[in-house]
Amino acid sequence: MEEVDVEPSTTLIPGAGFHQKHLGFEWGPGDLLVYETNYKLQGPRSASSPSVHVVRRDEDICSPILRKLFNESHLIFVGLQKIKEDVPSKNKKSQFVSISKNYRSVIRACMEELQQNAVSTQEGSLASQYGDQVSILLAIELIWNLCEVLFIDAAPAGSLLLHLLDWVRLHKSDVDTRAREVLQSDSPAQHQSYWDVVISLVLQGRTDEARQVLSKQASLRAESSSVFKRMDVLLQNMPIFNPAGTQTLTEFDVKWRHWHEECDRCLQDNTFASNRHLETICKILVGDEDTLLEQRELLSTWYHFLVTRLLFTHPTIKPPDLHYYAQSSMNMFLGPRASPEPLDIILLSAFEFDLHQVIKDCSIALNNWWFVAHLTDLLDHCKLLQSHNLHFGSNLREFLVLEYASGLFTHHSLWQLAVDYFDHCPEFGRVYLELQIERVPLDTERKAIKVLRICEDRQMSEQVRSICKIMAKRALRNNRLGSALSWSIRAKDAAFATLISERFLQDYSNKGFFTDLDLLDNLGPAMLLSDRLTFLGKYREFHRLYGEKRFSEAARLLLSLMTAKIAPRSLWMTLLTDALPLLEQKEVIFSVDQTYELMSCLEELNLGTKDSNQTDQDEDIESTKTELLRLALARNLAMAIVKEGTIET
Amino acid sequence: MDPIAKYISQKISKTRWRPISPALLQRPEVFATGSWDNESNRVSIWSVGDHGVSNTDSEFDEEPQLLCDSQHDGDVMDLQFLDQDRLVSASSSGAVTIFKLQPDCQSLSLAHVWERAHWYSCDNAPCTAVVCRSPEVVSVGEDGRVILYKADQTEVVRVIENADSSTIHAVTFLRTTEVLTVNSIGQLKMWDFRQQSDSPAQILSLTGGRVPLHCVDKHPNQQHIVATGGQDGMLYIWDVRQGNTPFSLIEAHSAEMWEVHFHPSNPNHLFTCSEDGSLLHWETTSGSDMSTLLQRGWNSRVVSHSAVPLAGEDDSVVSAWLAGDSSKNRLEATHMLPNQTLSVNSLDVLEQCLVCGTDGEAVYVHRQVPV
Repeated sequence: MEEVDVEPSTTLIPGAGFHQKHLGFEWGPGDLLVYETNYKLQGPRSASSPSVHVVRRDEDICSPILRKLFNESHLIFVGLQKIKEDVPSKNKKSQFVSISKNYRSVIRACMEELQQNAVSTQEGSLASQYGDQVSILLAIELIWNLCEVLFIDAAPAGSLLLHLLDWVRLHKSDVDTRAREVLQSDSPAQHQSYWDVVISLVLQGRTDEARQVLSKQASLRAESSSVFKRMDVLLQNMPIFNPAGTQTLTEFDVKWRHWHEECDRCLQDNTFASNRHLETICKILVGDEDTLLEQRELLSTWYHFLVTRLLFTHPTIKPPDLHYYAQSSMNMFLGPRASPEPLDIILLSAFEFDLHQVIKDCSIALNNWWFVAHLTDLLDHCKLLQSHNLHFGSNLREFLVLEYASGLFTHHSLWQLAVDYFDHCPEFGRVYLELQIERVPLDTERKAIKVLRICEDRQMSEQVRSICKIMAKRALRNNRLGSALSWSIRAKDAAFATLISERFLQDYSNKGFFTDLDLLDNLGPAMLLSDRLTFLGKYREFHRLYGEKRFSEAARLLLSLMTAKIAPRSLWMTLLTDALPLLEQKEVIFSVDQTYELMSCLEELNLGTKDSNQTDQDEDIESTKTELLRLALARNLAMAIVKEGTIET
Repeated sequence: MDPIAKYISQKISKTRWRPISPALLQRPEVFATGSWDNESNRVSIWSVGDHGVSNTDSEFDEEPQLLCDSQHDGDVMDLQFLDQDRLVSASSSGAVTIFKLQPDCQSLSLAHVWERAHWYSCDNAPCTAVVCRSPEVVSVGEDGRVILYKADQTEVVRVIENADSSTIHAVTFLRTTEVLTVNSIGQLKMWDFRQQSDSPAQILSLTGGRVPLHCVDKHPNQQHIVATGGQDGMLYIWDVRQGNTPFSLIEAHSAEMWEVHFHPSNPNHLFTCSEDGSLLHWETTSGSDMSTLLQRGWNSRVVSHSAVPLAGEDDSVVSAWLAGDSSKNRLEATHMLPNQTLSVNSLDVLEQCLVCGTDGEAVYVHRQVPV
């Protein structure tokens, strides 16, 4: 068995496991059912609690704000799948980057809303829950952004650092608020955070803004203005790589080294000895690690330290060299005793370009598959994942998307989104969908129609039949024969149609008239679905013809029903009894041949073995009927022979 | 102009504009939504007015804001405004509920419930549709009953039992005492409440087809013209005075059509929405109005023409017209939503404003519909 990566966390189930009762459990699609058994290791047996506990692994799916995340990302996911294959790769890269930005903006929108709710809510537990969700989303966005920079955008040396700087700036927004606070105060230079702001700006490589803030100081002190001017010049001259420009990386490197040497010379000359703050800034510009580490509070994270360190020592860093600096930065920043958090390890794996480790660690750390499924899908589209097959299931992307979609399917409302995800899993998606779609609870016809549309669009005929059968059975139970028939016709279920027709006929023999005439009169071509149904339709037609006094047509129809063997044997007596009034008419309706056929039908019926359970009364009725019929048939035969033998003059 | 989308964390089954008083020439600002398939469903009231600061270029670029909402027992199967302050809902539990909206739109409360108006002996029978013409309300359901209520009376006025042997999906008023229902075997039945008998005054159906019909709407000015849509996504236009067959069949959608609406003040425009995720706006061009078009018995099939290229399709817009350029009457359809979403369950149109709701839990509001 594989080793466990992390220690499993324990979940306390309130109300279970008292008195050392053993717990039993059962896996469900998204939840776990836990119950108390009667088994106890020692001690007397006692009654166990009768309740079954449902343990849900993923609580995010129930949050109304996170639902927006699921819905909006579904739209982006579907759009991503539709990107055509034949577009040249350069255009595709920009498309993928914009899709990645879309995902991130959706995360940010959710985060903002959660933050607003956390602030405005009054319940303490709810506020802390929102706060937790906000921090998780922050971490997710941080990781996604880094993956976008390193993998999707895949910037080369030079632009790589610029993107990393943007990344850091985006995730450390308090610098802006503090800077604004300082600048808007009455005397910015006297503000207690003044130097912190300047140093923070320099640490983020925002030299222009740092100069702007510094200028407030310079205007005050006239005597030391030369020192400030010197610093201003240094900051102004700092070279920044322009990827769109004509300057090559080597040229930039040369320029940068010149500038670096100049900063170093300033330090050696003790130019800034008069002002310790400026001296600190100069040391930072030179890239002195100890000084940078001193700014631990302002940097607040090791990856900020990493990017700043690279900015001032190695701005032309190449992607493969990144991991060495990352590892050492983390060690330096966190110190020998601190242990890295899961987030730190994930970021480190990203810097080492180890995608699989990133995905694996994220899967373990987060409690639902949303993030890993969407990120892996996007990376797969960028052709960054080697298709190494897992020893279970299919490739990594499909596995994660299937897990995510299965989780969605357990939600009472979000199951519709999951359908699209299954569609885009080529190997197992269809099988998963077939199994899950049958288990969606169908309360109303409208929901059943939507589920059926999903199945019919994908030619899942088995599922169509089973769903229609469920709806038909329910309609039958509620005595809605018309609905039941409609459902069996939709499923092309001949057996059920027969069952329903039997019910109709039963109703007819009990009540003596047909119910649901509007249905029977309008069966149309659906009548041919089952023999019994055809009989029902034709029988109703017979009654209609009789009502319209079109006796000869009615007679012909009745006869054909019996001779063509469409009518079931059990109903022949009824049919023959129906024929009685036609036989008794003054006018001769049945011809000689027809009468002979009727007689043979009657005799055939009587030849059948008598039912031994019939009471004497029933037998009497039967024999009376038969006698009446024989009499009527004989009389009709006589009249018909006479009529046909007569020559009209 | 693209419609504004807002995700509201519940699947939307119905959206309806609140009626505006004819005296004040306002733009429609308030609409109601009903949800379905949630563990607890809600009826919510939203506002899309100017909320103070507006953007510089596009004037009305505001997202809908939630004003108030109320718990609803069961899925909201249909929603109609009875008048400015009252809202009627049909529930999947078989109940018909009247909600009262406070004049300042700050709260929504239950005014009256007819519990289990539609019922089975051992199950719940969903009430599938309601229609109002104040003070009368008519509801229909899966149990095949047609029920007439008066908004101020607690007791039901009249029940037509066994009106239909299959599920009745939609209902609309033709005249003050006549309603038209459509059912799942493709029949339109006209009911006259003045008659004592429980049988329909007239039955219309497609010959040879049993396509379930899901929605029906009457032409605002000419009461004999009725549009229906059904499972096959085709739009049928009927003249109820004559004939047993529809006047026109138009291929509109590739899946069930959920709602069809004539524009209330400009009936040359028709709107349909469907399970396939599209919302189409139909209008007649070349000056002739819809009724004359229909009277000429124009029976050709139209392939819908998209003026807005859908995301993901080729940029060369497919535009198929009726065969024969000599025909002066043309029906043009445009997609109103920018890209294919999950099913669009409901739409409502008033003046120049359109609101629709989808299974993707998004509400789209379009405030400059070209009518």
